Amino acid sequence: MSTETTANETFNDSHVLDPAATTVSQESISQEIADIHAAYRQSVVDGMKAETQPRIDFAPYRSSLLRHPTKNLHHADPETIELHSPAFGERDVHALESDLTIQHNGEPIGERIVVAGRVLDGDGRPVAGQLVEIWQANAAGRYIHKRDQHPAPIDPNFTGVGRAITGPNGEYSFTTIKPAPYPWKNHHNAWRPAHIHFSLFGTDFTQRMITQMYFPGDPLFSLDPIYQAITDKDARDRLVATYDHSITSHEWATGYNWDIVLTGSNRTWMEDEEGDH
Amino acid sequence: MAQARNTQAPALKLAATPGQTIGPFYGYALPFTKDNELVNQARPGAVRLHGVVTDGAGTVIPDALLEIWQPDQDGNVVSQDGSLVRDGYTFTGWGRTAVDNVGHYTFTTLNPGATEEGKAPFIMLTVFARGLLNRLFTRIYLPEDTAALANDPLLSSLDEAQRKTLIATREADGSLRFDISLQGEDETVFLSYPRES
Repeated sequence: MSTETTANETFNDSHVLDPAATTVSQESISQEIADIHAAYRQSVVDGMKAETQPRIDFAPYRSSLLRHPTKNLHHADPETIELHSPAFGERDVHALESDLTIQHNGEPIGERIVVAGRVLDGDGRPVAGQLVEIWQANAAGRYIHKRDQHPAPIDPNFTGVGRAITGPNGEYSFTTIKPAPYPWKNHHNAWRPAHIHFSLFGTDFTQRMITQMYFPGDPLFSLDPIYQAITDKDARDRLVATYDHSITSHEWATGYNWDIVLTGSNRTWMEDEEGDH
Repeated sequence: MAQARNTQAPALKLAATPGQTIGPFYGYALPFTKDNELVNQARPGAVRLHGVVTDGAGTVIPDALLEIWQPDQDGNVVSQDGSLVRDGYTFTGWGRTAVDNVGHYTFTTLNPGATEEGKAPFIMLTVFARGLLNRLFTRIYLPEDTAALANDPLLSSLDEAQRKTLIATREADGSLRFDISLQGEDETVFLSYPRES
């Protein structure tokens, strides 16, 4: 990959930006979010189950308007292939791919951090030997991507891409640079809180997920329609890493802990059922 | 494999972490060399699986990412590493592709076999996209075994219009065509599974 070419080319960024939405104010987006959240809290008071996932129909995130199914998801009883996941291993991922600060000739600019945690399933079992992929903006809030036209500097020493295979206890660890917030065109003066994208696999392919990890205390949380698409406060908090001084290392890097919980495996309990007969 | 349909799935001990949109900037992270070639095009039995992804206005989506996961031609669930660094010979059953600028995707793969006698063969599909706040799952059924399709529990629970969205079309050259509509009249049926929360 060449950062030089991507930096110099000009691209039509209409794929990223929704021109119709850019005139809307933050105040009106925030009011839309507040109204949806108030209705959600009332539904919980009225006895509805707490939500754990984002709404896929969430109008304050304008790009979701035409990209969410309008019909309810249809229940399926998982069958063979759905009860397993692809296998990844040392053949696929080199141990050094989890260090995003050593991929070029020099040190990237920014605050060096370690993000470490465990991948668990909904029963609390570690997800061992599975693939974790991450990507993120640099310390100036810029992605190495042809569609990112934010006028912030590209760092020639930082691509912002990493991979790891989880250990026997589901553990992972990435060394990277703390990403910065960046502007986007959902509405006027829209800024995303700093985040790292995480892509995860479980033991069943039905546990496959992609999400974003955030940093504690970000002042942009309440303004961001992607983060706030998770209507439940406890659920939103699950995307926020914790500063962890035991991960911080002397004169080297600060540390954050973030554990990820996938949905429940269906293979394990269905096999148990089969064993009972 | 037991279906255990009469048994309630046990509750989760931990609350699942929420998903978030893949966003627009995964280009250097997720695609990789031969990501959509589960088998080499020259391999006997190689099949093209392709289609377009559209939104609620019928417009193609140029920034979706798809993954497939499937058994081999004999219906075996494989457990082989090497998906990210393909050697050209090992079938791992998993592939990934970003759609192109006109929302079109292509995988080169094998026809999945029936995992059990009389079962309708299908490929599992996951959809990610900017604007899509959480991943979507669905199944791509092969069109040929009409008796198995008629007996399939999922397809039997759908009306005819919904059912059609899950069955691929076999084209004259042997390719499988499967279009994905995220919203609208021809909206693809997307699936939920037990134990998601």
